[in-house]
Amino acid sequence: MTDENTPGAAGGSAARRRRRGLARAGPFAAAAAVTVLLAGTAVAGGERETEHGFAEGAQFRILAPADPGGGWDQTAREMQAALRDQVGRAEVYNVGGAGGTIGLNQYARLPADPTELMVTGLIMVGAIETSGSEVTMDDTTPLARLTTDYEVIVVPEGSQVRDLADLVDLMREDLKAVSIAGGSAGGVEQILAGLIAQEIGADPAEVNYIAHAGGGELLSTVLSGRSTAAVSGVSEILPQIEAGRLRPIAVSSAERLPMLPDVPTLRESGVDVELSNWRGVVAPAGISREEERRLEDLIMTMARSRGWQEALDRRGWGDAALAGPEFEHFLQAERKRTTEVLDRIGLT
Amino acid sequence: MAEIASLIDGFGAALSPVNLLWALLGVTIGTAVGVLPGIGPALTVALLLPLTFRLDPAASLIMFAGIYYGGMYGGSTTSILLNTPGESASIVSALEGNRMARAGRGAAALAAAAIGSFVAGTLGTVGLTFLAPVVAGIAVDFGPPEYVALMALAFVTVSALLGRSLLKGGASLLIGVTIGLVGIDEQSGDARLSFGLPALLDGIDVVVVVVALFALGETFTRLMRGTGGETVEPVRDRAVLSRSDWRRSWPAWLRGAALGFPIGSLPAGGAEVPTFLSYSAEKRLSKHRSEFGRGAIEGVAGPEAANNAAAAGVLVPLLTIGLPTSATAAVILTAFQSYGLQPGPQLFSESGPLLWTLIASLYIGNVMLLVLNLPLVRMWARLLTIPAYAIYAAVLVFATLGTFASGGTATDLLVLYALGLLALLMRTAGVPVAPAVVGLILGPLLEQELRRALALSQGDPAILVSSPLTITLWVLMLLALALPAVARLVRRDVGAAPAREEGEEAFTRS
Repeated sequence: MTDENTPGAAGGSAARRRRRGLARAGPFAAAAAVTVLLAGTAVAGGERETEHGFAEGAQFRILAPADPGGGWDQTAREMQAALRDQVGRAEVYNVGGAGGTIGLNQYARLPADPTELMVTGLIMVGAIETSGSEVTMDDTTPLARLTTDYEVIVVPEGSQVRDLADLVDLMREDLKAVSIAGGSAGGVEQILAGLIAQEIGADPAEVNYIAHAGGGELLSTVLSGRSTAAVSGVSEILPQIEAGRLRPIAVSSAERLPMLPDVPTLRESGVDVELSNWRGVVAPAGISREEERRLEDLIMTMARSRGWQEALDRRGWGDAALAGPEFEHFLQAERKRTTEVLDRIGLT
Repeated sequence: MAEIASLIDGFGAALSPVNLLWALLGVTIGTAVGVLPGIGPALTVALLLPLTFRLDPAASLIMFAGIYYGGMYGGSTTSILLNTPGESASIVSALEGNRMARAGRGAAALAAAAIGSFVAGTLGTVGLTFLAPVVAGIAVDFGPPEYVALMALAFVTVSALLGRSLLKGGASLLIGVTIGLVGIDEQSGDARLSFGLPALLDGIDVVVVVVALFALGETFTRLMRGTGGETVEPVRDRAVLSRSDWRRSWPAWLRGAALGFPIGSLPAGGAEVPTFLSYSAEKRLSKHRSEFGRGAIEGVAGPEAANNAAAAGVLVPLLTIGLPTSATAAVILTAFQSYGLQPGPQLFSESGPLLWTLIASLYIGNVMLLVLNLPLVRMWARLLTIPAYAIYAAVLVFATLGTFASGGTATDLLVLYALGLLALLMRTAGVPVAPAVVGLILGPLLEQELRRALALSQGDPAILVSSPLTITLWVLMLLALALPAVARLVRRDVGAAPAREEGEEAFTRS
């Protein structure tokens, strides 16, 4: 960097100084306005006392362990809206990255404060295994499962593959020649591809899985017709299916989905696999039993509220509210199954 | 022309006083957050989203679009004046713009950027109005092999950014590629260069790197050198843009728009690549090549236009196939969904009126931004009369705040300051920082797409030339490689004086 500065005229007339003062105020006033605005959205309205009596006057904070725009962020922000009647204004903040494990790492360091919540889900369970994170779900207090999103297997519109049986035949013939595009390595889509391979007696580690960071990149690969098939969350890819650009051949749910009534489940097609990309909520480790029970009540009341039910409809999420010991058993089972398949894929 | 009738209806709705007010609010907030490094439009829209649930959908979409375009405008201001790009797409503007500002032509640089943004933003919006389905149709053919070819083309053309020494430029490029490797590898899920730190698993945010290399590097260099009391004469010329400025700027605006809109429309779009390409194109085509690196107005006008046209381009896949290709677009998509709109191929038929109102408000927002920014150009330029110590203290505060706001962890700050020190070392050694950002952005893209392409073909490299699109792109790349050499040969044949030859050589590399 060369210094090409000319010495400025110090002082000057009063008028000039006034103009300069104005110039000086401009950008900083703008900056200050934004700062106030941002701070305002975070702080305003947090003073209300909660009916549930958590830390009088304290505001709930919800950690979305992903960047703005994704499923966890949407879940956190829908919770923020649906909880308003019960706890007033909650704050949502994002700590994105690495399948939620970066957020989890930060969350695990929080004190046992019941007003600190975090959104979680199957992707985090998988990411903990693949990244070898030292912090696990054991470092949180699981509260409830809230929603499910199912996965759909699609092929390009001009594909020779007409149904799942065709795809399975191709996979049996030459597994590596069947490229399956999906989300990030170790995520729900790869787990599903691995489970299918395992079920048809193939080696999950041999699946030619093409990972993508986001829905946009994934769509660019599938729509260009370069991959044999793709796996995606139903809501993300539904518009392409409705427009006829992609053909759905199977869904990962136990029963057919209302938005895709003509698409058979994996089970119907002879592959005994069921997988849901569930999302839920946890509290910090070390909160008391009583606090845990009240938080679960709070979440389940929210899950029954009209605002939440409307959010489910709007987002196309399945209602999967489940709390207490049932949720903890479910979580254990999911951890076991995920670890097994990721082990076999060779991702742990 | 059904589009025109629909667009007129859209204007009818967008021109209501209340909607104009929302547009004004949007562009004002957008400009302000664009000025701040680190706090981008994505975060702002995400924060405002819950506040707008009770608003009429048209009003909030109009405001969000304003924030989006405004952010693009605002980013150029700090880039040019303080050499502190607020986001990765305005790095290139900092190269020439900041030189101009230091030479007392800050107002001209800002005006070239503002008018260029207006021209390209409007052209991009026109493109969005009439070409969206066509462009979306072509963009859909871009798969991994096509991206590999596009990235290779971009890599070859950015040699213009490397600076005077090929070795130092190359070193900087590799530093960038290395920073880009940090984090979990997308294909295998393995962590690379993360040294066991969980915060590094997701890689280093491009914004953090940009703020560190430019803003902190600049600040630390100041700290080592100056007394801090000096200022710059902000405005030297009487007219903001002279006649010759206009003559040199308008072709650059048009070329920038022509590069920005289509590339921004690609499903894996982004505004950085077209700004790099535009800068190289302007440098190759300019009659004032010697001014590049010292404050050439084309070098500001072209990339700024490309940046804004790309911003309009990003809306093409968003509105036509429901595909968000930038963080802001992803958040706007969330907003769409919270109003029960499903972006995708049916959006135009199902929610036509609302969409046309949005598009009309983009035109209005662009005019507002011009009106808002152009008269303020001289005032913004006067920012430079603040003594350096105050400016850089503020830069440091906002860089730190912005990074913390976008990342939210203390590790982000450590990374920011470590990279800032790296930038200081690079500057001390005369290594340019811009190529590092190019490597950081293009390197991982090229790597991932190449590996995807090869995985799809089970390792057969023939996939890289398997479509007419890929072949076209590779031919363009070869032309970009060969043209300077051929031009030199031709000149030698005509018998140019050796002295001039040497001069040319230096210019092409500088």
